[in-house]
Amino acid sequence: MASSDVKLIGAWASPFVMRPRIALNLKSVPYEFLQETFGSKSELLLKSNPVHKKIPVLLHADKPVCESNIIVEYIDDTWSSSGPSLLPSDPYDRAMARFWAAYIDEKWFVVLRSFLKAGGEEEKKSVIAQLEEGNAFLEKAFIDCSKGKPFFNGDNIGYLDIALGCFLAWLRVTELAASHKILDEAKTPSLSKWAENFCNDPAVKPVMPETAKLAEFAKKIFPRPEA
Amino acid sequence: MTEKEESVKLLGFWASPFSRRVEMALKLKGVPYEYLEEDLPNKTPLLLELNPLHKKVPVLVHNDKILLESHLILEYIDQIWKKNPILPQDPYEKAMARFWAKFIDEQILTLGFRSLVKAEKGREVAIEETREMLMFLEKEVTGKDFFGGKTIGFLDMIAGSMIPFCLARLWEGMGIDMIPGEKFPELNRWIKTLEEVEAVRGCIPPRDKQIERMTKIAETIRSA
Repeated sequence: MASSDVKLIGAWASPFVMRPRIALNLKSVPYEFLQETFGSKSELLLKSNPVHKKIPVLLHADKPVCESNIIVEYIDDTWSSSGPSLLPSDPYDRAMARFWAAYIDEKWFVVLRSFLKAGGEEEKKSVIAQLEEGNAFLEKAFIDCSKGKPFFNGDNIGYLDIALGCFLAWLRVTELAASHKILDEAKTPSLSKWAENFCNDPAVKPVMPETAKLAEFAKKIFPRPEA
Repeated sequence: MTEKEESVKLLGFWASPFSRRVEMALKLKGVPYEYLEEDLPNKTPLLLELNPLHKKVPVLVHNDKILLESHLILEYIDQIWKKNPILPQDPYEKAMARFWAKFIDEQILTLGFRSLVKAEKGREVAIEETREMLMFLEKEVTGKDFFGGKTIGFLDMIAGSMIPFCLARLWEGMGIDMIPGEKFPELNRWIKTLEEVEAVRGCIPPRDKQIERMTKIAETIRSA
């Protein structure tokens, strides 16, 4: 298939955009990356995702697929013979992977995002406590799902690794802002090791933003009053 | 061929669109199951034990496996019991079914329930915003018997349990004709067709009881 057949509308700083990029890399699918300008939405984006007007949007032979986790599953289904499977084959393990991915988006990430918007010290402390509680759940989920292997998906990175791993750069930015290690090797040793392995994976490295660059960007979109 | 020793239990609630849609799938596929009704808001020790993280219905217990979240349960059921498949085979169609399912339980539910009841920008605006979202579904079902095509599928169960058999009762209670026939001919046609499906008929909450319940919940939201 020609690379012009697959396009992805996105932005470098978005963790949701990272998801399909990692999936396409894992499947060795070449694609054209169409970078949106921060603060405005292109005609193509508005036309391709009229319901939500959000990135990422995958365009495969001009047919749009929206919602990052749905795009990752689509990539897995479409290029099923290329590269390892992104989801477990067992129906129960599949359901668990999707369950944790939904928990990450609906609970864990909502809390993470609230830190950079948080006001006083009390609020920030509460957010960190909630995140650490979430991490404890994810530590157990990792042990259950990975069954002794390096990733949630086993030997290779998969859907759930991608669902959580895409937030690691933003997590580091939050840790800098909080001057506190939220993902702690002492408290969540397996998850911490996993994070290291994830970030070093060749499918992830090219699309994971540098912490410093992301921290600068964060200052722009979450302006903080001068202390 | 020998029949495996299977045990299927479903924890549900009569008024919950989330557990009703699971019942539709089990009935469609002819899966025998034991139904355990929760007396919400009182939660049984069994529910709290099986779903400690979210404490919600539905919960499906298949042999020793515990399944949560209605969309995930439907996909699981489809993979285990192959009769009458409910998800499309084509990857693109599958992605679209999942997309619209998420849209219904998020956008339609928020706008058509909470936002409508609170009507912060006024009732007429809330109605228009809900109708705008429903128009996407009107387009999706145009020219098809069901969202799933010729036969009822995943998206029909999600949309059916949520819209005509749940949200529409709230709208009725509020005196709102949200999906009039002249604006939404396809959705209205789809509702009539859906109501005739045997697997669906037994999963429709009693109309008056549901109107009463939805109206009561609306009052709670308004006074919060």
